[in-house]
Amino acid sequence: MWNLLQIELFKISKRPRTYIAFAAIAAIVFIFQFAFKADGQSYMNLMLQSVKDSFEFERTKAINGYFMCYIILNTLLVQLPILVALIAADSISGEANMGTLRLLITKPISRTQLILVKFAAATIFTILLLVWMAIISLFFSLLIFGADDMLIFRSKGDESQILLISQDDVMWRYLAAFAYATVALTVIAALSLFLSIFADNSIGPIIATVCIVLVCTIISNINVPIIDKNVRPFLFTSYLVGWKGFFYIATTEDGVPIKGSVENWAAIRNSLSILLLHIGVLLGASVFIFRKKDILS
Amino acid sequence: MSAIIKVNHLSKQFKDTKAVDDLSFTVNEGDVYGFLGQNGAGKSTTIRMLLSLITPSEGEIIIFGKKLQTHRSEILTQVGAVIEKPDLYKYLSAYDNLSIFAKMSGSKVSRELLMKQLEMVGLADRAKGKVETFSQGMKQRLGIAVALVHNPALIILDEPTNGLDPQGIADMRNLILRLSREMGKTILISSHLLSEIELIANRMIILHKGKKMVEGKVAELLDPAHSMIQLETTNDAAAKEKLSQSKWADALQQGNSIKLLMNKQTVPQLISDLVGLDVSILSVNSSHSLENYFLSLTTMSGHVEPFAN
Repeated sequence: MWNLLQIELFKISKRPRTYIAFAAIAAIVFIFQFAFKADGQSYMNLMLQSVKDSFEFERTKAINGYFMCYIILNTLLVQLPILVALIAADSISGEANMGTLRLLITKPISRTQLILVKFAAATIFTILLLVWMAIISLFFSLLIFGADDMLIFRSKGDESQILLISQDDVMWRYLAAFAYATVALTVIAALSLFLSIFADNSIGPIIATVCIVLVCTIISNINVPIIDKNVRPFLFTSYLVGWKGFFYIATTEDGVPIKGSVENWAAIRNSLSILLLHIGVLLGASVFIFRKKDILS
Repeated sequence: MSAIIKVNHLSKQFKDTKAVDDLSFTVNEGDVYGFLGQNGAGKSTTIRMLLSLITPSEGEIIIFGKKLQTHRSEILTQVGAVIEKPDLYKYLSAYDNLSIFAKMSGSKVSRELLMKQLEMVGLADRAKGKVETFSQGMKQRLGIAVALVHNPALIILDEPTNGLDPQGIADMRNLILRLSREMGKTILISSHLLSEIELIANRMIILHKGKKMVEGKVAELLDPAHSMIQLETTNDAAAKEKLSQSKWADALQQGNSIKLLMNKQTVPQLISDLVGLDVSILSVNSSHSLENYFLSLTTMSGHVEPFAN
């Protein structure tokens, strides 16, 4: 199995399209960092406008490396599914398109092994993508903007809330957030892999993945009670941004942040369980269908 | 001689089409077994079932004495295959492709062995060249190297000469003969050309619409004793009339042209008799009856009787 995974990773590393995702992330992050370095204060003034009298914080320190990383993650993690789909949706359909799938199947490896290896490779690609993102969005931002306490702007119902996290309480939250994002994006990888079983070229599964994510995201954001109760809890897209939960720090009755705390651990655990369930179901379905599929390509 | 492949009552149904219908055959150790049929005859479907790419609707496949359905991985470690065109990873080099598929076959092969394999198919000097820069013939040869890299006992080649130029076809033929004669491999090769199978196979089967039409030793099936002799004379009608009253009447076939099913060795006697009957001969053509039968499969629709030698 390890041998097969090495082969799979070697093949992925040799394809130019693999590096598109890394280049795209780097480009977007650097644009963000440049824009905030040049004119970040205007943004901060706008965000703090409503609370300028009730919230005391040195605005020049608000734009720091931790804050920048949060802003970047908030924007980029919505786009990352497309980049994950670029590789994962190519897993089986790309082999079928090249004609190599039939050669793979004639080798003494089971179809279950093949699917599991493809999934593992897509997951490793997702992890590498997030590690890359962490390096450039967190560590580069810390280098450029420095470290300080971190401000979080949060919409809670109709209200806006500002949370302040001490700088020595931030790093673990980022590690947890990136780990959560890995699980969330692995759902996308599992979905793309599942769709790629049915196609003979990778364009179809990539488009289908993006469409499914788009439709489910729209449904997740419709504020209608019937959808809120009966549909939203079952959609994986409702949990893609669950990583933010690690930054929603619990406060005392006086509103003082409690160091090392998270407001709602249960919600995070629940979100992770549902995402893992999606991965299990999609992977199981992929194995079940692929084992029975006639390879005619 | 032990059976390497034994297929019993194999069928495959695709929705409304029965691609393979109650097919049984045996490939023995050391055979170069020709799998012959026109496009759509069921050759590729059968080969894909032998390689577990397609699940049979009915029937049983036994390879190396084991059921394919239950011993798939064990069997496939001893099988090398080229299915239709040898599609490989175009963005990788010939060496990388070979190395990847060798590892997937479960064999640990050294760099020397991989280079030796490339040398055998004449690609050693292009080992580092990307497959996307290769000609069809080079890809085909690399495909053969991939099929052979783990030293399989059974080699399955589905139309390996497709898309090759005459020199490429000759090279492929020589390679297959070498594999059989010098290395003792058992080979199953499909083709839609009888002439191609005739040159390399010792046993063969002809499929038509998924059914077996004929199976046997090539030497027996293409025995000159079953040749079709076609004559062209100055007056075919008169010549036919005279032949029908001679000792050649039984060999004379129905139809407008003069055709006789007979031993090729007796053609001089036939010509001598025709001269004696005052028939002026313009031309004499000889072909094997199996060849005529095979050619007729392409034009016939509906039910076709199996070939009787």
